Parts: sequence; structure tokens; C-alpha cells
Amino acid sequence: MKKIEAIIQPFRLEPVKEALHAISVKGMTVTEVKGFGTQKGIREVYRGMEYQVDFLPKVKIEVVTTDDKVQTVVETIVKNARTGRIGDGKIFIYPVAEVIRIRTGETGDEAV
Amino acid sequence: MNRKVSFFIILLFVAGVITASLPLLAGADNPSTPAAAAPTNDPSGSLTGTVKDITAKEAGKPVLEEIAEAVGHNKISINIVWTLITGYLVMFMQLGFALVETGFTRAKNAAHTMLMNMSVYFIGLLGFWICGFAFMFGGVGQVANLGMVANLNNEVTWNLFGKDFGIIGYKGFFLSGDSYDVAVFTLFLFQMVFMDTTATIPTGAMAERWKFLAFCVYGFFISMLIYPIYGNWVWGGGWLSQLGTNFGLGHGAVDFAGSGVVHMVGGVTALAGAIVLGPRLGKYKKDGTPNAIPGHHIPMGIAGALILAFGWFGFNPGSTLAGTDLRIAVIAVNTMLASAGGAMSAMLYMWFRFGKPDPTMTVNGLLAGLVAITAPCAFVNAPIAVLIGLIAGVLVVWSVLFIDGVLKVDDPVGAISVHGACGAWGVLALGLFADGTYGDKWNTVEGTVTGLFYGDGGQLLAQVISIIVNFVFVFVAAYLTFKLIDVIIGNRVPAEVEMGGLDVPETGVLAYPDFILAKSDRKETANGELG
Repeated sequence: MKKIEAIIQPFRLEPVKEALHAISVKGMTVTEVKGFGTQKGIREVYRGMEYQVDFLPKVKIEVVTTDDKVQTVVETIVKNARTGRIGDGKIFIYPVAEVIRIRTGETGDEAV
Repeated sequence: MNRKVSFFIILLFVAGVITASLPLLAGADNPSTPAAAAPTNDPSGSLTGTVKDITAKEAGKPVLEEIAEAVGHNKISINIVWTLITGYLVMFMQLGFALVETGFTRAKNAAHTMLMNMSVYFIGLLGFWICGFAFMFGGVGQVANLGMVANLNNEVTWNLFGKDFGIIGYKGFFLSGDSYDVAVFTLFLFQMVFMDTTATIPTGAMAERWKFLAFCVYGFFISMLIYPIYGNWVWGGGWLSQLGTNFGLGHGAVDFAGSGVVHMVGGVTALAGAIVLGPRLGKYKKDGTPNAIPGHHIPMGIAGALILAFGWFGFNPGSTLAGTDLRIAVIAVNTMLASAGGAMSAMLYMWFRFGKPDPTMTVNGLLAGLVAITAPCAFVNAPIAVLIGLIAGVLVVWSVLFIDGVLKVDDPVGAISVHGACGAWGVLALGLFADGTYGDKWNTVEGTVTGLFYGDGGQLLAQVISIIVNFVFVFVAAYLTFKLIDVIIGNRVPAEVEMGGLDVPETGVLAYPDFILAKSDRKETANGELG
């Protein structure tokens, strides 16, 4: 089992969610986050003065899936989150030691 | 609720409505009602208010004196009701100021900024009631438009060159004695909310670093001394208003609704306060160039600006103190036109120069137009009103860039520029553009108020003098006040309080307890460097 953590542009959340639905991903967790990447934020002008926005708003998606589906899920996220412009985000994949469904007590792949 | 019970209640209601309207329906269908019978009601409104309503010895047959009595009472009633209602509108501007100032500053100080804006209302009110009103209007005489019976006739004067110059009023303390009078109370309400407008202007320029206790003390100084004294000189019969009668300078200093008396006084006080207080941490880089510190809630600021624009329909037209003076139509239209000019020119200027129509500067432009038209609103025509607004919109942007970048005085919301610079421009504009169609016997000088371009350079001179006196007197008085407060209790919060936000250390509560990230997404260090 793996956890796929994707930081994406907030406005790409809807298409990514729809596409994950379509490939039968059963659950996901979404968090509004702020951060910076290679460009270290952007510059804007307020009342005639430049200022640095250090942390840009992003959306973090977390999906836990069985090993065999990892590739499909990642490809789906990349395909739907990509705009080709700076700031599209990153995906991180982590191993998951165990999954437990609280209601039934099921564990492992059954519980994903 | 049980569905059956609700159905039963609805049924009862419908039955009641039908029962009640049956006689009406019957009446409409029945032309046999005798025409001569006295009417039992008046749905159209044409029968309500008749000769019966004029108080007369013989009911229904008043003599001429009794009719004249009623007409006079009605005229003054209209004026007093008008003045009170426009005063209520001006009071609502407190909310506008609160929203603009809080929206244009950071979330971590929102409760503090909002509380200052609310507190200035009641602190100023008490101060103005104690002695501010008496100092300002104690010598104004009997205000004719309000039909005043009481006489505010105690102006302290100074005899110079054989002429009397009014220095300060001295009657009406605590609104007691002779001042227990409907017209005096009306004048108090209207003038009190004006004073509060002045008092709330510096809270914007000094936001995000001002100790709350210091602010409270300031609230009494501005409402009891600084504002009333300059106000007396222009509106209370004092020496600036006498420049016409004493020296033949037009009608003396003329300021219809307070570009100078209200706004410039507030703006100059804000300048003195912001200088004494110093810039916010992180406002200036080591090389002295300013950083932008964006406000946390632009929609709040814009809502506040629109509330202010609405309140201005009380501010300017109300300053006639007379609903029977129909110049109010010209004043109201000039007011809205100038605000449009100001917002338009500020927005376009920012757009062309910096690439985007900056919302906060557009707000400043709208307010700049309003501030600038406040003095001349009753004396100029429509195209000039637009011109005054257009100039104010650009002036406010230049002034903000100058104060931030050259003077290096930190004014988070642009209050010094909006109210100080554009207030001065408004007083000057009156001296240039007053077209001579209004203001006969203003400040007891014969003839109408006329500016330089319509033939009276003396009026312009009186305006210039009032601007210079305003700046010098208010700046010195306010600077000394803030310095005094600095010595006794200190004006500025400690650096760690400023960095963490004033809300909890100063007021004990966070404005937005659920949003932590918003206040910490800009790193600030004590040496003024952005992280």
C-alpha cells in the first residue's frame, strides 16, 4: 500500500477529483495549504509598492491505494493537474505500514 | 411542529384575511354609499392633513397669524428633522471608517483596529459633550435655520488693530443651562458626529502599532480641544470666519461641510501622530525603500468605502442645517459627481502606471473626491465638481507615494493623503471655483460666495490663510499632544506585541481565532527587514 500526496494548483482540484472518481479511487483527503517551490513565491504591486508573496495557496491531496494501482493514480493526477506553467506542484509517494477501517476492523488491502 | 397543526394555523390565517377584507370588497361593489358622509379612512392620502390640523382658537377657522405660526413651525420642523436624519447618516460613517481601516490592515490586529474605531465614537461623544461643543459653538449665536431660541452668545475675543477676533466659544458646557434647547441639541448631534469623523481619521494612519490606552487619551484631546478650537475659528464665528468682515477677504474662510474643519484637521493630526509613532516594523527596508504590507480583507474595505459614500449624503447636504434650503439637490449631486471623478482618476492612474486597477487606491480615490468636494459642494457647478474629483483622485495617489516613499511616514490606509492633502485641495478649490450662485450673506458679508475664476481673488486668499493656519495650528497642537502622551504613558506597543499582533496582548481576544496562517505568512524582524 502507498500514500500518494500531491500538491496541486487549487483550481485543478475539481478535474483531478472527477478523474480519480472515474478510475474508482474510493477516498481522498484534501487540505488547503500554502507553500513555495523553486520560484520562491511571486512579486505583486500593492498601492504602488512591490511586495513578495512568499507562500502561495495550494491544495494538498492525499490518496492511499494498493500497490498495483499506484501507477494509474499518479498518471491520472499528473494528467489532470498539469497546466504546463510554473507552479503546477509535486507528487510524493510514501509506503504505508498498515490501514485499518475503524468501523469494521478490517486491515490491509481490504481496508483501503 | 406537527403538520396537521401547521395546516390548521394556515387555514385560520386565510379565513381571517378573507373575513377582514369582505367589507372592503362589499364597499367597492356598492356605489350607494352616500357621498356626503364623512370619510372613515383615507387610503389615497389626499384627505390627511387639513385646516383642522392647524392649531387655532376657532377650530377649522385659523386667522392669518395662526397660519403663519403653523408655517413657521413647519419650516423649522423640516429643518430640524433634516438635520437630525442627516446627522444619523453621518454617524453611520463610523462603520465605514471602521471597515476601511480594518480591511486595509492585517488580520492579526483586526480586533484592535475595530475597537479603536468603535471607541472613538463614545470617547469623542463624551469629550464633545463636556466642553468640545461649548468651545466650538459657544459663540455661534442663534442658528437661524434651526429657529434657535437659546442664544449661544459667549465668544471670547481678542481685540487687535481695533477689531475683535473670536478665539474660542464659552457656552454650552454639558449641554446644560440655556443649552437645554431643542435647536441646540440638534446642532450638538450634527456637529458631534462631524467631530467624530475627524477623531477617527488618525486611527487609520496609526493602526497596527498604537497602544490602546494612548489612543483613549488622544480621543479626549481631539474632541475637547484640538478640533473644537480650529472649528470655532471657521464655523463658530471665530477669527478665520471674520477675515471677510475685518479685512475684506471675500466672505472670510468658507468651508461648507468641512474639507478643512473636519478632514484636513483629521489628516494633519494623523500626520503628526504617524510621525511620533514611527513606521510599522517591516515597513521600510534597510536602504529606506518602503515595503507594501497588504491589507487582510479588501472586500471589507470596499464595503466601508461605499458606506462612507452613502453617509456623505448626510455630511454635505445636511450641512445646510435646513431641509427647506433646496440647494441640497445641487450639493448632493455635486457630492456624488466628485466621488465618481476621484475614483475614476485614481483607478485609471494606478492602472496605467502600475499595470492593475488597485482596489485600495480606487477606494482612496473615491474618498478623495468626497473629501475634496466637501468644502465647495454648495458653491460650484456640476462640471467643476467632476474636475475637483478628478484632480483629487490623482492627488491622493501622488500623496500616498510621497508620504510613503519620500517622507517615510507609514500610513497603512492612506488617511493623511485622503483627508489631509485632499481636504486642503477642497478648501482651495472653493476659493478658485465658487461660481457666485449661492451663499448670500455668508459670514455676514453681503453678496454670494465667489472664487478667483469668477472674480473674487480675496476669497481665495481667505481660503489659503485658513489652510496655512489649519496646518500650523493642528500640527503643532497634535504633535505636542502625542509627545505628551509619549512621555506619560507611551504611544507604541512593544516590538514583540507588534510582531505577534495587537489583538491578544491589547484586547485579550483574537479577531479571527480560526485563522492562524494568515497572520504569520509574512516574517518580520525587529530591525525592519522582511524575512
